[in-house]
Amino acid sequence: MNILTGNDLPTGDVIWWTGAGWSRHVADAVDVGTTGETTGAAEEALRRVNNPYVIEATDTADGPRPAHIKDRVRALGPTVRPDLTLKPDDAAAIAQVI
Amino acid sequence: MYKYDQYDQSIVDARVDEFRDQARRRLAGEITEDQFKPLRLKNGLYLQLHAYMLRVAIPYGTLDSRQMRKLAYIARTYDRGYGHFTTRQNIQYNWIKLEEAPDILADLATVEMHAIQTSGESIRNVSSDQYAGASADEIADPRPWAELIRQATTFHPEFSYLPRKFKIAVIASAEDRAAMRLHDIGLRLVANDAGDLGFEVYVGGGMGRTPFIAPLIRAFLPVDHLFSYCEAVLRVWNRTARRDNIHKQRVKILVHQMGAEAFAAAVEAEWQEILPNKSDVPRAEFDRIAAYFTPPAFEAGDREPDRADPDFAVWLDQNVKPHKHPGYAIVNISLKPIGGIPGDASADQIDLMADLAERHSFDELRVTHAQNIVLPHVRKADLYTIWQALVDAGLAESNLDLISDIIACPGLDYCSLANARSIPVAQKIATRFAGRQRDLGELKLKISGCINACGHHHAGHIGILGVDKKGTENYQLLLGGSGAEDASLGKITGPGFSEDGIVDAIERVTDQYIAVRQDGERFLDTYRRVGMDGFKEAIYG
Repeated sequence: MNILTGNDLPTGDVIWWTGAGWSRHVADAVDVGTTGETTGAAEEALRRVNNPYVIEATDTADGPRPAHIKDRVRALGPTVRPDLTLKPDDAAAIAQVI
Repeated sequence: MYKYDQYDQSIVDARVDEFRDQARRRLAGEITEDQFKPLRLKNGLYLQLHAYMLRVAIPYGTLDSRQMRKLAYIARTYDRGYGHFTTRQNIQYNWIKLEEAPDILADLATVEMHAIQTSGESIRNVSSDQYAGASADEIADPRPWAELIRQATTFHPEFSYLPRKFKIAVIASAEDRAAMRLHDIGLRLVANDAGDLGFEVYVGGGMGRTPFIAPLIRAFLPVDHLFSYCEAVLRVWNRTARRDNIHKQRVKILVHQMGAEAFAAAVEAEWQEILPNKSDVPRAEFDRIAAYFTPPAFEAGDREPDRADPDFAVWLDQNVKPHKHPGYAIVNISLKPIGGIPGDASADQIDLMADLAERHSFDELRVTHAQNIVLPHVRKADLYTIWQALVDAGLAESNLDLISDIIACPGLDYCSLANARSIPVAQKIATRFAGRQRDLGELKLKISGCINACGHHHAGHIGILGVDKKGTENYQLLLGGSGAEDASLGKITGPGFSEDGIVDAIERVTDQYIAVRQDGERFLDTYRRVGMDGFKEAIYG
């Protein structure tokens, strides 16, 4: 599957396209098929996302899992600071990134 | 240390106002990201893996307690309670919001700080020896010259659109603590036979994907011509460098392609053209700058500290260095706790170090390129008090220049350029060797998460380079590098390793070192004696 990501313009937060808007959680991302670039450009023009791009992901029971480790780190947060990730209470989250 | 005059303050304040308007226009949609990106980069604001990242300049690594406290304030107020001291004596914050960035720059300006020229194709923060003004082996304090270069190159219109970034280091001792020859221009202050001061000028060093050690292009440059000669170097490069391939545009590539002799001749010819323009900074202006670096009022007396506490004695031996004035010492505060993140410090720790500097080090701190902090002027009588405070704050690791004193870039945990994580590898190595690092002696280990080499892996006695191997992190091992006065570039040992495999490989390297070292040999000495062949079988079997 292909998912669309980028950064929130004012805050820089990593965000994912949900089909109807943007979420901080990759689990909310939807398959954009071949429409990701068009959607990203339109959303960027409205300043709802900065620097959008499409990545490959695998559809899992927990939601989309980005194919590349860089995007998995991006989706969770720094593996060396679990307290600063999006899942500070999930001890297994970092192992799933790697 | 240097204090802004009205002109300095006004240009920094004006830059804050300018950036505030640029950020407003970006947020309002009046300019695109493509238009805004070069503007934010000119103010040190990157878009990194998780958020915006702000790199703040710390000129030649020198700052006072008021500035240090402001860095803590920014970490606490705008970031997530910590900052990361970098391999170029700066600090960067990883969780910045664009909408708050102008306020941060305004706060920095209140303490004579900024983020100007910490990114982009500009002349970056001038780096220097962290022991400047304190070390007995220096010929003079190099910082007034570093400050002169900083002032002369800040917003210099001719150098605003350079082919690539440009880094300058200034030192004044035979021992190189600033990796001087791995800079675009490396300057070493020396005296000639007549006792006149001048500079050895090295040009074309650097790390990155194509590392070079800078060759000497002028053995003695009279100090009064420092700026015009640097100007000539920059002009030759600016005029001649390629601009069609970002990987071929640094001055090191030009020097390598032309040859040091031909490059030096071109600079010399350009310099002769420039000299009649009298662009050098007048001696009176240098004297004005130098007056800010007058040594502090050291007290008389020389009482050695009581070494009864064994942990304190270890710290004294490892982290405290001799000072030029009797009764004083240089304190290195390690930001490398075992298992910690190299270079990171919490807001509370930054405040604590500011307090110690104010009370015990004539209000001065230094940031080192090895990502540690220095209190340059400490009374020996105060050392035990300082150590106790550092212990309480988790800042008393006694590991300066040992294997756990690792330089590491932020790597894939934070950096959008990285291919592999650096920090977890550093943590595992430090933890593995914590109990036996003193037996290994001086061993500088440096890790980069990509070929851009922010972690100085080329210059590590042991270097590690993280690469992407079909979507998996892989680590290449290098041996034999040095960023010191005996500068050398490390060589890759062979095939790379997994994250755990690289830690095991380093253990095999250090075991082999212990097996073959001769009396008094550092790891690097042994490597240079036995060569790669002396280690390769131990590594790969």
